[in-house]
Amino acid sequence: MRPVKPIPTLAALMFLAAAPAGAQAPPSPAPAPPGQPAPAQASATAQQGVFFPEIFTLQNGMQVVVVTNRRVPVVTHMVWYRTGAADEPRGRSGIAHFLEHLMFKATDELAAGEFSRIVARNGGRDNAFTSWDYTAYFQNVARDRLELVMKMEADRMADLRLTDEVVLPEREVIIEERRQRTENSPSDKLSEQLQAALFVHHPYGTPVIGWESEMRKLDREAAEAFYRTWYAPNNAILVVAGDVDAAELKPLAERYYGAIPARPVPARVRVEEPVLTAERRVILRDAEVRQPSLRRLYQAPSYRAGAKEHAYALQVLSEILGGGATSRLHRALVLDQRLAVGAGSGYSPTAVDLGIFGLYLTPVPAVDLDRLEAAMDAEIAKLLKEGVTAEEVETAKLRMQREAIFARDSLQGPAQTLGAALATGGTAEEVEQWPARIGAVTPDQVMAAARFLLTQTGFATGILLPAEGSAVAGAPRPGTAASAGGAASPAAPSAAGAAQGAVR
Amino acid sequence: MRSVLRTVAAAGALLLALLAPASAFEVERVISPGGIEAWLIRDQKIPILSVQFAFEGGAVADPKGKEGLANLVSTLLDEGAGPLDSQEFQRRIADAGITLGFSASSDAFFGNLKTLVETEDEAVELLRLALTAPRFDAEAVERMKQAVGSQIRRDQGDPDTIVRQAFYAHAFPDSPYGRRARGTLESVAAIGAEDLRGFVRDRLAKANLKIGVTGDITPERLGGLLDRVFGGLPAQAAPLEIGEVVPSTAGETLVVERPTAQSIVLMGQPGLKRRDPDWFAASLMNYVLGGGSFSSRLMNEIREKRGLTYGVYSYLLPFENTALMMASGSTANPNAGAMIGLLREEWRRMAEQGPTQEELDDAKTYLTGSFPLQFTGTDRIAEVLLQVQRDDLGIDYLDRRDALIQAVTLDDVRRVARELLQPGKLMTVVVGRPEGLQGATVIQHGS
Repeated sequence: MRPVKPIPTLAALMFLAAAPAGAQAPPSPAPAPPGQPAPAQASATAQQGVFFPEIFTLQNGMQVVVVTNRRVPVVTHMVWYRTGAADEPRGRSGIAHFLEHLMFKATDELAAGEFSRIVARNGGRDNAFTSWDYTAYFQNVARDRLELVMKMEADRMADLRLTDEVVLPEREVIIEERRQRTENSPSDKLSEQLQAALFVHHPYGTPVIGWESEMRKLDREAAEAFYRTWYAPNNAILVVAGDVDAAELKPLAERYYGAIPARPVPARVRVEEPVLTAERRVILRDAEVRQPSLRRLYQAPSYRAGAKEHAYALQVLSEILGGGATSRLHRALVLDQRLAVGAGSGYSPTAVDLGIFGLYLTPVPAVDLDRLEAAMDAEIAKLLKEGVTAEEVETAKLRMQREAIFARDSLQGPAQTLGAALATGGTAEEVEQWPARIGAVTPDQVMAAARFLLTQTGFATGILLPAEGSAVAGAPRPGTAASAGGAASPAAPSAAGAAQGAVR
Repeated sequence: MRSVLRTVAAAGALLLALLAPASAFEVERVISPGGIEAWLIRDQKIPILSVQFAFEGGAVADPKGKEGLANLVSTLLDEGAGPLDSQEFQRRIADAGITLGFSASSDAFFGNLKTLVETEDEAVELLRLALTAPRFDAEAVERMKQAVGSQIRRDQGDPDTIVRQAFYAHAFPDSPYGRRARGTLESVAAIGAEDLRGFVRDRLAKANLKIGVTGDITPERLGGLLDRVFGGLPAQAAPLEIGEVVPSTAGETLVVERPTAQSIVLMGQPGLKRRDPDWFAASLMNYVLGGGSFSSRLMNEIREKRGLTYGVYSYLLPFENTALMMASGSTANPNAGAMIGLLREEWRRMAEQGPTQEELDDAKTYLTGSFPLQFTGTDRIAEVLLQVQRDDLGIDYLDRRDALIQAVTLDDVRRVARELLQPGKLMTVVVGRPEGLQGATVIQHGS
């Protein structure tokens, strides 16, 4: 109910909206986006480390990460596969996510649907999510049910049994999911098409959920082929957080996951995105749009690709430029010039290939987007010309580092951050060193990163507008004004459903 | 894997006997020297403090023609207070890394604070100022009105919001529950600084305040904190008479035509309140019907068997002065009639037969076993403490909850299903271009 305030980590949301078409079911957990766990990864002001994980590797090559948190006798158990939508064969978009759904069907021992039913019957919750770079499955359960879910998760790593009888109705489900996630909303449609314009060759331009025409042709054989190619213990990471430590977990991990033999898994070979110098503008006009908006995406380095040396400085830059109500864009466009109701930025460095740096603007009524965009460009030009001050860099870094202590105040958050890091080729050490690395960023490095990023000409701008000739945004429609309906509801339908049972 | 999994399946069938993790916590009732009560769960593992609080009386108290008042206040308390203007206030929040937020639901006005122990004094001072000395500077008021206006315009194109608004408007035609918590463009424009001040004066008082706290703090220090933050509030809130209201649903089907890819369906009928003695019987019934995600009958029939939807749910929605039992889902337009037919059929089947013993047992293990899963962050724990107080369940509720659920019998659930579920009363609202509906009325839904 409070989205009128600036949200500091818009890039995360942005990636999220377009990406993890995941989740078996809509009450999905916030899946870790392929980038930007800035809040999750941040760290304590005066301490080394963030989550203090224990790490070991099974003989078959499966990595294991344990984060002990004994607040309550519960655990979150996750298995991450180093494969996602960006690893799909051409013409099979959506197969990584489709397989994620099908993993809840039968194995040699369990009937279709039984996996989730057993988890629920044991007081647990389970789901899964898919992104471009990874696919992850998780169960939140009481600690005395950990062994049970490990048995079942290991079983479906090796012994999935698909039949057309369950595959075909599930294909309808993912097409409904696509409608619900993307096609019902003009803003989400624009996000999808904008990203396709930003990456014209690399598979990050293809939506995780898939293009509908290709989704309709996905079948059992394609899912099985993807499963056989990528789902091996040596391509997986086990992350367990909660009331357990490595000494307790290790024998269980060896018994269940260690029993699965390693198999050769192909390298993640992806085409390289060419350097593009032409600006792309993607404009969506839709009769359902009442509130116009503008977003601009830049291809950016990640921790693993491109000009990696800028990855930490870019996070500080994002905080200074668009991180919340004290950021430069908010102060200039929302407070001083009164052109926008919202202005922010976001950056996602956690990816196998390039990341995305995004700027997001919502105009006040009667301000057109051209004017707003020009004002944003003027702020960018000012930053490039005059630089950032040492004080704003220090303040931003301190804020980001404080976030790290808050990041520990969660069960699934640390597991998500570590899992995403390891699944994209990073290490737990990097996650633990995040506060120190952020702390080491200098104003000169911020400016070098800013120049690298913001002087690119090949960015992509997305513009969301009402249909031509439709009523002025915000004007009441004739004859329908006062009498029409109202939600006094405190919560969204499905969320409410979950919340009732949970809290009460 | 074979032998292993046979034991898995067996384990799954066992009744869950957890170590009742919720009671691993000691809930302390803290009363400050100034007489302000809060419930506390201490947790010293991380140097963090979370405070969640609520003043009873939210958007239902909005004056007619000024709908959206409580919500607008919630956006403005941290936009300047005491000697600090908006920018200075926001800067101090950001620099200290404090999370401070407010929100309004129909029945309550909420606040939350999350801070590191090292910034606790600053957090306490900022929250005190926000609650007791908000400025409502003209600049900030105008800016937040624009921001809310932007949200309202987004809502106008969002089918999930449209379907809810249309449902509530028709279920509660003459009640504040039928109005929009965010207001309309017109009603928000009509709100003045005096209205904002009036809301703070009338609604933010000690007598209608409940507080849940979790984190690294002793009861003694919390007592001081409570007095500093809340001590300056008036003792009593203004009287608020809303009156009980029964949702007027009568089996009708209403369609709001929109060019969406799917038909968004929301159905509902009168429900029961949280204080109802049959609450857990109804919750267990709802879990079996459509509350249990993949384990529910609705998901099984509509998604798993037929692939008609990505998600379909039922849920109980209790308010202070009314209550609903709802179902929601979305499907491709040509399938709307089929999905609604299946929803009604499952509603009827549950009303007539109730759950099986096995379904009830599964529901019990889930509702008891999953409860501790939410106790994973200080803010979530504080939220539970707040909700238990708002629902008047007693300070030993966390320890009693499992037993209350286990005590529900199959006969109880069958009786409640029969009494509560009324397929003939189920009102259906659809946004989209639904096909296959019978006896539907097209309604207009404006701004």
